Formats: sequence, structure tokens, C-alpha cells
Amino acid sequence: MQKNSAIKSFFIEIGELTYFAGRFFKEVFSRPFEFKELLRQCYSIGNRSILLVGVTGFIIGLVLTLQTRPTLQEFGAESWMPSMVSISIIREIGPVIIALTFAGRIASGIGAELGSMRVTEQIDAMEVSGTNPFKFLVVTRILAATIMLPILVIFGDAIALYGSYIIENAKGDVSFVLYFNKVFKALEFSDLIPATIKTFFFGFAIALVGCFKGYNCKKGTVGVGKAANSAVVYASMLLFILDFIAVFITDIFFEI
Amino acid sequence: MNQTQNILDVTKEQSEKKLMLEIVDLRKSFGNNHVLNGFNLELFEGENLVIMGKSGSGKSVMIKCLVGLMQADSGSIKVMGKDITKLNRVELDNIRTEIGFLFQGNALYDSMTVRENLEFPLRRHKKKFENLTDTTPLITEALESVGLAHTVNLMPSELSGGMKKRIALARALILKPKIILYDEPTSGLDPITSKEIIELMRRVQKQYKTSSLIITHDVDCARVVSERMILLVDGTNYAEGTFTELASSNDEQVKAFFK
Ligand SMILES: Nc1ncnc2c1ncn2[C@@H]1O[C@H](COP(=O)(O)OP(=O)(O)OP(=O)(O)O)[C@@H](O)[C@H]1O
Ligand SMILES: [Mg+2]
Repeated sequence: MQKNSAIKSFFIEIGELTYFAGRFFKEVFSRPFEFKELLRQCYSIGNRSILLVGVTGFIIGLVLTLQTRPTLQEFGAESWMPSMVSISIIREIGPVIIALTFAGRIASGIGAELGSMRVTEQIDAMEVSGTNPFKFLVVTRILAATIMLPILVIFGDAIALYGSYIIENAKGDVSFVLYFNKVFKALEFSDLIPATIKTFFFGFAIALVGCFKGYNCKKGTVGVGKAANSAVVYASMLLFILDFIAVFITDIFFEI
Repeated sequence: MNQTQNILDVTKEQSEKKLMLEIVDLRKSFGNNHVLNGFNLELFEGENLVIMGKSGSGKSVMIKCLVGLMQADSGSIKVMGKDITKLNRVELDNIRTEIGFLFQGNALYDSMTVRENLEFPLRRHKKKFENLTDTTPLITEALESVGLAHTVNLMPSELSGGMKKRIALARALILKPKIILYDEPTSGLDPITSKEIIELMRRVQKQYKTSSLIITHDVDCARVVSERMILLVDGTNYAEGTFTELASSNDEQVKAFFK
């Protein structure tokens, strides 16, 4: 009985989220456009997550190289290091791990921010003063995250490769030029393009869930905490589902 | 019986005045929670109408239906003769420029400065003022009328509760509305600050020549500002009249409000 109602409310939630996404697509193309607010959100989202993404990327690069090195060494294949590391970072590890840290930071941030605006009636106040709050708050945040995440992932990937180079340089005496020559020789557009395309979807999904949870926040401070928390959980889950779909599609288009 | 007579007298007296707000048979439920069960209201030009009701009696719900923030289940709501339930988005936005709304919890935008808070309603409604290029005079005027001109660059978090209320009032006044809706203007304030806010409401009334709908459960506030009162009980108008009439009533339910 209880299990039934949990499943039911899960599907209701999915339905509402879909409706919310539909409303986004309806309002994103209609006037007036909130350009100034969009730029402000891009700046704020980038500013809030760039350090985190940088550190995460750097550590991914370090750890991946340190842990893979002994195995490759056993087979005398250290010279494969740059190509191996770069492909795994660019294709999968970079986008997914960076999107996850981004979700932790941005989905919860948006959830809490919009949630407290809902609870303190700031969203109602916008509505009565002639500004469409969905456009001003939701559309701008979703667009900003969709634009910013791909940029942040490319930045994080670059830092990760640099981290990997530092280890290679220290342990294997590989020069900067040689390392990145190997990296670029190994990488193809078929690695980079699908990986970048999927980050747009990741960014969209993360902000969508954050906005959905915050915008529909229930009254009370408990509601705000819940909104922030469940935003991160749902966003991370959605990320893995999207990633699975993306890998599946990439496989069909690029590998055959 | 006596009260019905009073209502008739009051309506006759004001029948020549312009009707600013008119609510007829408003109903609103949340599931099984029937909040409003046929509420009626008339607000005439230049009048101060106070609505009293217990906490949870649906005062905020009523006022939100009035500006279209909530959809009523049934009933008609007319603002200056226009039925707001039948307006499209643009028409609704235009009619809302004639209504200043002071929210129960102020609802100041806490990521914006006081100045940006006051500018916000002007973003979309500059056309109400011809040739508006600089918003500074309007902002200064609104801030001066609440006595807080020096706070223009502060954030809401840097203000005290009473100051926030005043800034919220200034924001409600910035479009020079004809009607102001006050949702519990004195709740959560100490008695002295409450008095100041009440004084301010009266001053604003004179300066901007507005009609006001004041929701409160503060008897002192009602005594000072009301010209006419409606008591809201169980989602309908339980009694109407002037403050003195209601305060001297023998009805137990009415008496309870004035203890
Ligand atoms: N969005 C909503 N969803 C469900 N129920 C609601 C909603 N808003 C209000 N209610 C219910 O409507 C009733 C009236 O609430 P309202 O906020 O209008 O009370 P109020 O008269 O303003 O009280 P107070 O003096 O405490 O502000 C309450 O029982 C509340 O639970
Ligand atoms: Mg209320």
C-alpha cells in the first residue's frame, strides 16, 4: 500500500517536472527577454563553481595518472599514458565528475535560493509588480547553467590534463610539448564533440531540477532545506540517466 | 438586525463614491479546507477599510485572490470596474500597477539593494510615467515619504524589522497606485514601531490620496486607521460597521475580537 503511493508520487513528480520543462521551452522564446539577468546569472554560476571545478579537475588528473602508471609500467607501455588518460578524461570522467560537483554546488544553490524566495513571497511580489518571475528567475538560471557547464567542463578537462602532465613530468621525465603532442594525436573530434554535447544537457538538467524544486517549494524553512537537498539528489540521478543515454547514442553514431 | 441597518446606512452614504474594489461571493478551498465561503467586500474611493479575522481565517488568501496571485474557485472580483478573473496577462499587469501590495512578510528582494528593490516595479511599467529617463527622483520621493532616504544603498538584511516594513511600503508606493492592500502591516513589530507604521500609513494616505484595504488582527491599528470594518469569520462577512459600532456590540463572537 505504502509502496504503491510512493511509486505514484514518483510518477506525479516526473509529470510535474516534464510540465515545468515544457513551460521553460514556451517562455524561453517569448518576449521580453531578460538579457541582463541572464548575463548576471552566467557570471554568478561561473564564479561560484570555477574554483571547485578547477580543483576537482586537477585532482582527477593527478589520481588517474598516479593509479594507472604502475599497471602500464608493468607492460612497458608508459608512453601510452597521455593518450589513455586524455581519452578517459575527455570522454567520460571529466564531464561526469565535473557535472556532479556542479550539481552539488548549483542545484542546491538554486533550490535554496528560489525556495526561500518562494517562502518569503518574493516570487509573488515579482508577479504583482509586472515581471514574470518564471522568466526572470527560472529561464535565466536554466539558460545560464546550460551555457556555463560546457565551458566549465572544458576548463576542468584542461586542468585535469595539466595535472596528469605534472605526474608524467615528475615520474617519467616527459616534456610539456611531448606530452600534449601525444594528447592531441590521440584525441579525435569523435571524442570531444559528443562529450561536449552531453554537457549542455547536463547543465540544463541540473538547473531545471534546482529551479523546479525551489520554485515549487513548500512553506516554511523546512521546505527550503528539503528543496535544496532533493534538488541535488534528483539532479545527480538525472545526470547518470542522461549519461547512459548519451553513451548509448554515441555508440550508435560513432563506433559502427 | 441592528447591524444590517448599519450596513444599509453606510452603503447609502457612499453610493455616490466610486467603487474601487468589489468582491462578490468569493469562494476558495484547498482540498477539504474550505477557507472562503462566500465573502463580499466593497471598497470606495478614498476609504480605509479594515478586515479583521483570526489567524488562518483566510485573510491572506482573500487578498491574494484579489490581485490574481491565487485563483478563486468562484465569485467575481472587480478592480476599478474590471473583472480580474477575465483579464489576459497584459491587462492584468496594467491593472496591477494601480494596486500597491504590502506583503505580510515584506517580501523584499534580499539579493538586491533598497534602490534596486524600488526600481523593480519600474522595470516593466515605465510607460506609466511619461518620459521617464531617470528613476532617481521617484525613488527619492518614495523613500522620503517613509523617512528612510539614507538607506538607498543598503541591503535588506542590514535593516531592522520596522525599516523593512517602511521600505516595503515605499516599494508598494513607487508606481503611485490608487489602491493599497496592507496584509498585517503591524504584525511582528513592537508596539512603538507599530504606532510609527500606523502613523505612516495615515500620512501616506493623505499624501498619495489612496484607497486602502487593511488586513489586521491588531485592535489598536484598526481603531486608528479604520473608517469601516468587516469581521471575517468562517470564510464569510460576520459583521460590518465602524470601529465604535463593532466594539460596543453585544455579540460574543464580535466581542472576542476586541478583547
Ligand atoms: N497555498 C496553500 N495551499 C494550501 N492551503 C493553504 C494555502 N495557502 C493558505 N492555505 C490555508 O488557508 C487557510 C488560510 O490561510 P491564510 O494565510 O489566508 O490565513 P490568514 O488569515 O492570513 O492568517 P494569518 O493571520 O496567520 O496571516 C489556512 O488554513 C492555510 O492552511
Ligand atoms: Mg495572512
